[in-house]
Amino acid sequence: MTAILETTGLTKTFGAVTAANALDVRIEAGSVVGLIGGNGAGKTTFINLVTGYLKPTSGTVHFDGLDITGQPPRLITRLGLCRSFQIPQVFDSLTACENLLVGLGIVSMRRKAFIGSALGRQSPEAVAEEMLQRFRLGPYRDELASTLPEGVRKLLDIAMALAVKPRILLLDEPTSGVSSDEKFALMDLVLEAIRAEGVTVLFVEHDMDVVRRYVHRILAFYEGRIIADGAPAEVMAHPEVRRYVVGEPPVGGEGAC
Amino acid sequence: MSPARRTALGLAATLLLAGIAAPLLPRWAGFLVTIAIAKALVALGLLLLMRTGLVSFGQGLYFAIGAYAAGVGADALEFTDAVPMVLLGAAAAGLVALVLGLLLARYRTIFFAMLSLAFSMILYGLLVQSSALGSTDGFNVAARTVFGLDVASPVGRFGVYGLAALVAFVGAVGIDRYLRSHLGRLAPAIRDNELRVEYMGASVRNVVHLHLVMAAVLAGAGGALTALAVGHVDPETAYWTTSGEFVFVAILSGTSSVAAPFAGALILELLRSFAYEHAPNTWQLVVGSVMLAVILFLPEGLWSVFRKRRRAAA
Repeated sequence: MTAILETTGLTKTFGAVTAANALDVRIEAGSVVGLIGGNGAGKTTFINLVTGYLKPTSGTVHFDGLDITGQPPRLITRLGLCRSFQIPQVFDSLTACENLLVGLGIVSMRRKAFIGSALGRQSPEAVAEEMLQRFRLGPYRDELASTLPEGVRKLLDIAMALAVKPRILLLDEPTSGVSSDEKFALMDLVLEAIRAEGVTVLFVEHDMDVVRRYVHRILAFYEGRIIADGAPAEVMAHPEVRRYVVGEPPVGGEGAC
Repeated sequence: MSPARRTALGLAATLLLAGIAAPLLPRWAGFLVTIAIAKALVALGLLLLMRTGLVSFGQGLYFAIGAYAAGVGADALEFTDAVPMVLLGAAAAGLVALVLGLLLARYRTIFFAMLSLAFSMILYGLLVQSSALGSTDGFNVAARTVFGLDVASPVGRFGVYGLAALVAFVGAVGIDRYLRSHLGRLAPAIRDNELRVEYMGASVRNVVHLHLVMAAVLAGAGGALTALAVGHVDPETAYWTTSGEFVFVAILSGTSSVAAPFAGALILELLRSFAYEHAPNTWQLVVGSVMLAVILFLPEGLWSVFRKRRRAAA
């Protein structure tokens, strides 16, 4: 399989703290990858580095073979590398529908500028209605984003990331702030919508049940390093992961790792 | 009916009424309405900036450039018609904003407000010192014709008034349509969350820069129209109190409709005229008290009265 996202020696230091320590990550197109690790392990830093919010101290990021190291978020987004946020970043004074239209409108303006016409394509308004239905945001269509419940804001935030036509989507803790009985429903909805568009997904998650259920592969972070990388069962059984991430005593109780 | 069409029709009907009423009104009223429209154009530009999350305390800069450019057009380029003078005023202001925007578009909040104020005060200083432009006295500006009609003729007498109304209509409908477009929708998005706009693939700085130019074009046209209506320009047009008055109009009006600045500017002009007549020494006190009342009771501006009523009816 071809790598859609590849980092080599990606490093970020904040003073004495190394938030990302020579990360070599290769994400295959079409896969669903989970990113796990305790607080401060460097998961969000990794997303911030890859999407251009932070400039790496050293190392490179390649998207689909193209070097995007140090590029600003808007250029990286235009290439098709998009993200959602741990704390929903929605436009509070706009309605749910208008929030989606911001992204859909930007995409449609760019297509018109570069391809000449949007003939035969669905209008952004039609796509927005369709996305509202798909994400079950229909009842909130004309509600201001500031008045929406947290779980709905989360869903809207993810839908907005999907509105700008990603090829790979980085979800930062999609289920944080969502009640435990709604988590699976939300993830089912999100992954169903994402799979329909053939998007590669990388998501940060704290809930191991969610991770086990949806991913093909897990990357476990600890103190800015990758301590395990592989199939879910394999990574979950890894002694360092059990000790630092899952928080269970090491297998066999010998502490050898 | 779409909201955009309703706004356009409403404005057209108002202008038609104003056009019919113009010959019946006393001369001072026609002048007052023309000045109100010219100032409202500047406030309309501020509405666009405020929707984008920016308040400029230096729109006097573009207002003065528009006024002086109209005058220079008459003197140096020998324009005799008012139309090219207004176009020159708008274009000159837009061009200056295109250059200054390279710096201004990087700043937000109080830094943006103060930097825009600083630029306007630099122009004020330059105008006061330039004897070729009449330094503190300024110089007279007059158009012999408007749309080819002699300003001394019975119809041409209302020429500047009609031109102001036409510019106002084009400006208001244009801004209304723009704000409903894909690009225009980025204005409130930028005010709410710049980071997310960048993460959706748009350049916040470019949009802000564009809005600065659009607001400057409107202010330039307003300045040129004021110069034609008053028949004179002076450096006061670039002074900070002039810029402050535009912010005053924008806050008094509110930003919920493109028609609001026109209503707000007209109310302010009427209020000032009557306050000046009845309380010549304390008229600022009257105007200030009205502003205080608006902020206390209608924090979203005078136009929010209409919105509240519509909401209550719904």
